[in-house]
Amino acid sequence: MQLVETLLNGLLVGGLYGLIGLGLSINFGTMRLVHLAHGDLIVLGAYFLVTVLVPAGIPPLVAAAIVVPALFFVGWTLQRFVIGPSLGRGVLPPLIVTFGISTVLQNILLLGATADARTLQSSLASAGITLGGLTVPTVRVVDFVVGLACLGVLLLLLGRTALGRALRATSDDRETARLMAIDPRKMYAAAAGIAAATGGVAGVLLAATSTFYPSTGSEMLLVAFEVVVVGGLGSLTGTFLGGLLLALAQLLGARFLGPSYALVTGHLVVLGILVFRPQGLLPRTAP
Amino acid sequence: MTQPLLRVDGLVASYGQLQAVRGVSFEVGAGQALAVIGENGAGKTTLFHSLCGLHGPAAGDVVFDGEHVRGVPAHDLVRRGIALVPEGRRIFPSLTVDENLRVAEDQHRRRPSRARRFPRARVYELFPDLVAAARRGGHQISGGQQQMLAIGRALVSEPRLLLLDEVSLGLSPAVVTIVYDALAAIRADGMTLVFVEQDVHRSLAFSDHLICLHKGTVRLAGASRSHSLDAVRRAYFG
Repeated sequence: MQLVETLLNGLLVGGLYGLIGLGLSINFGTMRLVHLAHGDLIVLGAYFLVTVLVPAGIPPLVAAAIVVPALFFVGWTLQRFVIGPSLGRGVLPPLIVTFGISTVLQNILLLGATADARTLQSSLASAGITLGGLTVPTVRVVDFVVGLACLGVLLLLLGRTALGRALRATSDDRETARLMAIDPRKMYAAAAGIAAATGGVAGVLLAATSTFYPSTGSEMLLVAFEVVVVGGLGSLTGTFLGGLLLALAQLLGARFLGPSYALVTGHLVVLGILVFRPQGLLPRTAP
Repeated sequence: MTQPLLRVDGLVASYGQLQAVRGVSFEVGAGQALAVIGENGAGKTTLFHSLCGLHGPAAGDVVFDGEHVRGVPAHDLVRRGIALVPEGRRIFPSLTVDENLRVAEDQHRRRPSRARRFPRARVYELFPDLVAAARRGGHQISGGQQQMLAIGRALVSEPRLLLLDEVSLGLSPAVVTIVYDALAAIRADGMTLVFVEQDVHRSLAFSDHLICLHKGTVRLAGASRSHSLDAVRRAYFG
């Protein structure tokens, strides 16, 4: 029974992990950009919720709905005016720029909100749901459902809409996309906005699920990296599955080897994937 | 010739120190077909990329429908009515055949003011081979189907000037016939064509005018009927 509980919890935590990785996957899939500030954008969303919106008396659900478009705007603006000019000049410039954004964001949060631990105080954190004799934290179920819903919305957006087709065309061949009257800079900004918006959702869930600090972005980035490596670069479904696998590995490691082995087990799974299936679980199928 | 749809005057295009196009000039009237021929490295593709905005010319002038468009980016030139069928087709591999057409049509739908002569249905009429392949991935179809799709994709953006780089390169004779039949139908609708074709005989037969490039300059120009095959071949090989 304890094993089933561990597996169930692993899947539920994996929903949040998958969501954390989705933004990184969108950025890489569209622009071949490794966005080193993605984790910090997640934490920025969490801080915006906990230190600005909720203290202003805005109900948490409404506040959460404000965080997502706000993060879209932040992601869009950073891409259009800060990251965009560094693209197309080699691998290093955008890496340095996003690393710089990460450093700036962490220090802004440190200055504005101090290094104190924060979390969203809500009844959700202590509530539980009983599933077939097992009790799991409600917040974990919410994490999983919201993560899965985000994946579904993104797949619909990319697969069924004009914006999605234009994003995929730009990802395939930026130059030919221009011949279709698509402005790649606008597509990149839209992709970065969408990626940051998923970070906003992840930030809300992070705030509701655990405590966080200005430096938590680095931990989020590591999770996102591992999830994307396990799932397959540029594949959203693969990324989500990668989140589930990574979380399962961590929780099983904690269950059988002890809590201190959770992270190590996750890293070992990532290492194993890199060695035996470097393309990830579900790589992009097109060449 | 009345007011030309496209006028190119002294166009120069370079890659670093290498001048690939050196002072090329020509005109194309509305509804006419101009063949551009020349051996590999003559500057044909660079000329086309300069005309459609993918490559910024270093000097010279490009006037399209009375507007100076040199330096205008490619995505803007498409909206103004210049479309390119690129060498190598450049089909989007992660999109299906139908999505490849729709991605161009989506952008045109944002400009409802321009009349639609080439909706997707018209492309499928021109190239029935694409109907059965509509749901297949762009990377899963034959080279001939890719060329049909590349032409169709350019057409749904509703151009007034269609540039085709290497129309028949790598295609079987049967597919070449299908493609040129479709181009003839497009011409009959009044489309202006500028095309690169390695088959000199076909170039002369299909075009109203012809220019032959050699090392980035125009070696021969004029009405296609006024040149003998031998004269064109001499210009072609320098």
